[in-house]
Amino acid sequence: MQQFAFEMRDISIRYPHFAMENISLSLPKGQVMGLVGVNGAGKSTTIRMLMGLVKPDAGQINVLGYQLPAQQVQAKYDIGFASDDMRLYKSQTLQWHMDFIRSVYPQFDQAYAKELLKRFELIGEQKIKGLSHGQRVKACLLLVLARRPKLLVLDEPTTGLDPVARDEVISELAEILRDDERSVLFSSHNTHDIEKLSDQIAFLDRGKLLALQDKETYLSSWSRFRCQLAANASSGNTSADAAMPVPGAVSIKRHGQLAEVITDQNSAGFAAQLALAGFQVLEQHRMSLEEIFVANVKRSR
Amino acid sequence: MTYGLFLSATDKKPMYLQIVEQITSKVLLGDWPAQMALPSIRELAADTQVSVITVKRAYADLEQAGVIVTHAGRGSFVSAQPDLQQQLQQQELAQLLSAAVAVARQLQLSDAELFARLQQHLVQPR
Repeated sequence: MQQFAFEMRDISIRYPHFAMENISLSLPKGQVMGLVGVNGAGKSTTIRMLMGLVKPDAGQINVLGYQLPAQQVQAKYDIGFASDDMRLYKSQTLQWHMDFIRSVYPQFDQAYAKELLKRFELIGEQKIKGLSHGQRVKACLLLVLARRPKLLVLDEPTTGLDPVARDEVISELAEILRDDERSVLFSSHNTHDIEKLSDQIAFLDRGKLLALQDKETYLSSWSRFRCQLAANASSGNTSADAAMPVPGAVSIKRHGQLAEVITDQNSAGFAAQLALAGFQVLEQHRMSLEEIFVANVKRSR
Repeated sequence: MTYGLFLSATDKKPMYLQIVEQITSKVLLGDWPAQMALPSIRELAADTQVSVITVKRAYADLEQAGVIVTHAGRGSFVSAQPDLQQQLQQQELAQLLSAAVAVARQLQLSDAELFARLQQHLVQPR
């Protein structure tokens, strides 16, 4: 039996200006899922439902074997959550926060917390109000990571961090990969971070799940071709509409005799279809997650 | 502990392929001797900061190419085939030759012309 870190089934939630319908999303235990989407796509709503902070209008949510939101108190001992709008007590020190978290979560690992202090270059005795934005983000992550939660949920963990701080955070997240009992869900605009660490990619746009797939399969199914139109296929004008349709093409941009074709069904079969439609392939490129993200959103709108 | 893989996101090659190529070179050069135990998939993922699924794919490709063998429950090892190095070099030669043919086709060289060019290289003093 496949064990899930979380499982959302047929979820619907409606707000006056935003709705998600029939979303099913699950993450096998021990895997990392990257949640990608523009602002307002539904990433935070998804995360809030998983944390038991909002109740969906329909559907079932199970996290680490607990039903949410009914059993959220038990579930939260094993879930770690950090988001960029999390608040700490400004007039207290980081050490005070560490002691506080330890009083709530007995599994708080003090030795690891100390190590993280050093690696993140934070000072326990410093008051929160004196911290920079980057230091505050790292402080929040320290408080969560030191609990070694079974499921780590991170909303924009690297937003607003400088490149060095981001690297420090990514290194710590990579450490979690050693343990096959621990799972991570993180959302980010930074597709580069997600591309690196994720096993699963979930694409959200306007409350819809556009894609949910393992990363390697997903990345290799998209491809960009730079083509020349065979002389007989060229109708002599530069209008994009004149280009012949190719089954499996997500977009075809044409200018004169040259064209760029993007597909999400990359295979030998697609290359044959291209040739059949009169496109002679000059170059084929793989696409970054960011490029796929943009092409995918444009197509669905 | 680090396994000495140098991966880069700006490399045109996908991550899994970079892992495949670099482990293959380590085996070719003898840095990783026959029957040496490879790091577990999770360990290498954490060490190189790439996802578990990417390393999994690289190991699957390496196994298919005969560079490593995987025993269920015990992990992966550098293949013990006595002629592995030679085989890999053969594969490399085959790849280089087909790349040369592809370029020759782009240049619209005839087969005879390509032979002549190869001949030139063969008679050149080393």
